[in-house]
Amino acid sequence: MTEVVMHRGLLRHEGRLAMMAAVAVLVGVAFMTIGLRGNLAFVVELRAVRLAAMVLVGVAVAISTVVFQTVCANRIITPSIMGLDALYVFCQTALVFALSGFGFAGIDPRLHFLGNFTAMTGFALALFLPMLRRRFDLTLMLLTGVVLGVLFRSLTALLARLLDPNDFAVLQGTVFASFNAVEPDLLLLAGVITVACVAIAWRARHVLDVLALGTDTAIGLGLAWRGTAAGLLVLVAALVSASTALVGPMAFLGLLVVSLTERIVGTNRHAILLPAAALTAIIVLVGGQTVLQHVLGGEGSLGIVVEFVGGIVFLAILFAGGRR
Amino acid sequence: MIEIAGVSLALGGSRILDNVSLTVAKGGVTALVGPNGAGKSSLLSLIARLRPLQSGRITVDGLPVDTTPSRQLARIMAILRQDSGVASRLRVAELVGFGRFPHNRGRLTAKDREIVAASLEQFDLSDLALRFIDTLSGGQRQRALVAMTFCQGTDYILLDEPLNSLDMFHARNLMRTLRRIADEHGKTVLIVLHDINHAASYADRIVAMKGGAVIASGETGDIIRPDILESIFGFSMRVENIAGRLTVLHHA
Repeated sequence: MTEVVMHRGLLRHEGRLAMMAAVAVLVGVAFMTIGLRGNLAFVVELRAVRLAAMVLVGVAVAISTVVFQTVCANRIITPSIMGLDALYVFCQTALVFALSGFGFAGIDPRLHFLGNFTAMTGFALALFLPMLRRRFDLTLMLLTGVVLGVLFRSLTALLARLLDPNDFAVLQGTVFASFNAVEPDLLLLAGVITVACVAIAWRARHVLDVLALGTDTAIGLGLAWRGTAAGLLVLVAALVSASTALVGPMAFLGLLVVSLTERIVGTNRHAILLPAAALTAIIVLVGGQTVLQHVLGGEGSLGIVVEFVGGIVFLAILFAGGRR
Repeated sequence: MIEIAGVSLALGGSRILDNVSLTVAKGGVTALVGPNGAGKSSLLSLIARLRPLQSGRITVDGLPVDTTPSRQLARIMAILRQDSGVASRLRVAELVGFGRFPHNRGRLTAKDREIVAASLEQFDLSDLALRFIDTLSGGQRQRALVAMTFCQGTDYILLDEPLNSLDMFHARNLMRTLRRIADEHGKTVLIVLHDINHAASYADRIVAMKGGAVIASGETGDIIRPDILESIFGFSMRVENIAGRLTVLHHA
């Protein structure tokens, strides 16, 4: 009896997953085909690159947020609490400040990507490696991230004040996530990193289920907690760094996507949660970009729209949750 | 056999355990008793490697708990902590199934399913198998956690006040089950108990702790004596033999 009903429950989750996949494909097709005109080959290629970038970033943000929330045993935080995006914005500001807007625009994109990626993962490693020592406190580590994030933001504000208005405009273009100018070369680079990380996260799906039971229970069930948690946090950092270095910070997307996904699939099992969150992220990003391009006339950047809509949806969820 | 030698623990400057040495023989039920703050839970956490050892040495079946791979230990030793809250949204059967994780790394085999079903049956959870953990009462959740610990199928079972929030029926059921698996399957049970009469009725041996040290240890009959109980708990109580069972009248 139990077996049958459990099986039915699993089928329901899988059914929802299939539905989400169908919606994601539909949104992708809509993005690729609505309003096609002019030089078809050129437009299709341009859109394909953007679509690929959105899928990549969506998957990276969703997976990193799910893993981060599980390791930290907290469902309302995102990896941005570690201060990675603040570091990214600070790096860009410092570069614009040092090289001027013109020099900044002249940096080789691959070098720029790798530089950003290395800076962010290096920072994360410096934050997490102390975890492998005997006495370790996750809260303390997160707090360090928060404090350093504030430091980077203050330094950014200081430098931004010293910039001349033209350079500041260049900077504004890079610190809000945008899919309008993605280099195909970088897409490949970010793609390799993301796919590798996602494969590791998928293999660890059962381990993540056990981690979600709490530290003591997880150790009791034979997980080497510190090593596992540290490894997973480095994985999160690599995913966040790759997507941030590709398109810019997407802080709010993860929170929005994961809380939506949990409502849709109604399970914490990572075998369902990981793919479902990735699909939700793709639907939100690609759907949002389609609406932006064809309904709002292509003005503004998706990052701003996602943060705006995400904020409203999140408040709605909070209020709905409060009333229940 | 669990061997503890010269174990001390200090947290935030205060001494929790002071040079504890203790041997728990293989097989049978050993009860760990003592007043609040005696260090019972801390000692159990150290044995179960939930907390890093600061000094001294602990081995389970000859395996040092601080250097043996966690997974290997999880196959010989299961621990149930007190108030281990489960944040995850899980059904009872799923939670109990996690007990098989050290053996299957998350992929349930037919044999695992059998063990899970038997464990659900054992702890009167079959009707609740599909309920979500967060919809259960405290006692039902506790039973689910005990069932998960049993599912691990280990030779050593460490339980930290498992009778918390269990009603009389289920508390008796759990104690009898522990007695049975110790007798029939040669399991070693180390259990922190607060009700001294549970210890008197079901334990083979009693270890008494106070102020971070072991102050008495031996066969149940040798510990359940007015003078020793008074030295442990700080007040005098009568011990009577009622229908062949040692009974401590501590309410008087």
